[in-house]
Amino acid sequence: MSEWWTYRPEDFLLFSPRVYWRLFELHNAALWPGQFAAVALLAVLVWLAAARPAGHARLITAALALAWAFTGWAFVWSRTATINWAAEYLAPLFAIEALLLALVAVLGGLRGRRSGIATVAGWLLVALAAAQPLLAPVSGRGWAAAEIFAIAPDPTAIATLGLLLTLRGPMVWALVPIPLLWCALSALTLWTMGEPAAAALPLAACLVTLAALLAVAVQTRAGAPVPRS
Amino acid sequence: MTTTRRNILAAGLGGAMAALLPLQSVGAQTTGVQAAPARRTIPSSGDTIAAVGLGTWITFNVGDDPVLRDECMEVMAAFFAAGGQMIDSSPMYGSAQAVVGDGLTRLGRPEALFSADKVWISDGDAGPAQIEQSRQLWGVPAFDLVQVHNLLAWREHLATLGDMKADGRLRYLGITTSEGRRHDLFEDVMRRQPLDFVQLSYTIVDREAEERLLPMAMDRGIAVIVNRPFRQGALTRQLEGEPLPGWAAEIGATTWAQAILKFILSHPAVTTVIPATTRVDHVRENLAASTGPMPDAALRARMAADVAAL
Repeated sequence: MSEWWTYRPEDFLLFSPRVYWRLFELHNAALWPGQFAAVALLAVLVWLAAARPAGHARLITAALALAWAFTGWAFVWSRTATINWAAEYLAPLFAIEALLLALVAVLGGLRGRRSGIATVAGWLLVALAAAQPLLAPVSGRGWAAAEIFAIAPDPTAIATLGLLLTLRGPMVWALVPIPLLWCALSALTLWTMGEPAAAALPLAACLVTLAALLAVAVQTRAGAPVPRS
Repeated sequence: MTTTRRNILAAGLGGAMAALLPLQSVGAQTTGVQAAPARRTIPSSGDTIAAVGLGTWITFNVGDDPVLRDECMEVMAAFFAAGGQMIDSSPMYGSAQAVVGDGLTRLGRPEALFSADKVWISDGDAGPAQIEQSRQLWGVPAFDLVQVHNLLAWREHLATLGDMKADGRLRYLGITTSEGRRHDLFEDVMRRQPLDFVQLSYTIVDREAEERLLPMAMDRGIAVIVNRPFRQGALTRQLEGEPLPGWAAEIGATTWAQAILKFILSHPAVTTVIPATTRVDHVRENLAASTGPMPDAALRARMAADVAAL
């Protein structure tokens, strides 16, 4: 692209805010009453991360794999692509993340993290993802446009980052980049759309995750005991 | 923009031409009946076209949403009912082409349609397939106008479009740019290539095109389509709440949007302006802006100064 410096983020925005939020209304209507199952799934994942029964890390990553596969196909590929040709390039990222999560679920290698900065950050992000559906009615868009974990991509990515921060193991570093990238892109899109309140959530997820991972890396490098389960 | 002799000459010529424009709507507006939009001549053919068209950037990219597709169809219906002709789209605009095609089908394929689309792909060899795909999305037998979008692979695509025109599969060809990009290359292509249309951005606060591109279009007999007349709505939002100056009444403008469109249309090089909208009342308002008195050179200068000062 020539003279790329003359382009602004809004030059790449192909749709209006109204069209964007209508995507969620149509998506929720098409999946109703699947939202109850999605909320229940997040509740189960929270319980698994908190109670840490045997095999909880495998169950969490397996469930997240399903959430990424479904959200990528049903929302990004089938719905967002109707208004944004770039979605064709983003949907494969959801498939890759689902495959990575499924691989970790099968191979194992992740364990629960009992305490520490990363755990606190993780629970904060899970709380944000759980609360995200409230943003639609609070912003005047109504419940019909609510973004729900495993149905909409933002809460799926935010909850994934949060749950991964409650786990430990080298594979966490491989599972974090795609949700981080999605949150960054989503924040940029929403900010460009003139929706700063909505952009704050994915932006906060990026910053909190990066800060937590940095803290873990610094602790590990310094030889400080990293909290274990 | 700095004031140059060319600017002054261009503005003066604009005023002189504006004085010759038809004043057909004055009586009609006072009686509440919307007059047909003013018509402009396409230099390369001598045919005429309504001076206000319909852009589809962002506004028609509504995907499969049935409610929003209905709204787009209503906008198109109002556009044709008010005498509009040119609808402009691009493969870059997401679902806009399909939404236009859906609307045209449901409206019974209005004969007045002047279909303007673009080719936008970096591989020159892939141009014909993209144009054919666009044609199918529109559901038209052939496009009236295909433009090379933002000069992407312009040599290859202009060759393709030239062949299509020679074969009778296309009436007009052209090139586009937006928001002042690549004007040097744009001017060079205008000078060297046989173009029917150019499309560029030109507003009351973005007047760079007056310096070289618009005079060259007149010199070369190229029709000019003006895109993003309201800076994607930013300009009208900025002016919202500001009282209309007294000169608005002199040119029959009842809104800022009409005043801005009249400023653009009063430049003699401009053939058609293509504001995009999702609202039926705005479509009617836009088309009505082409009728009635137009600002002369002195008033154009006052309008630009007043808007710049706000």
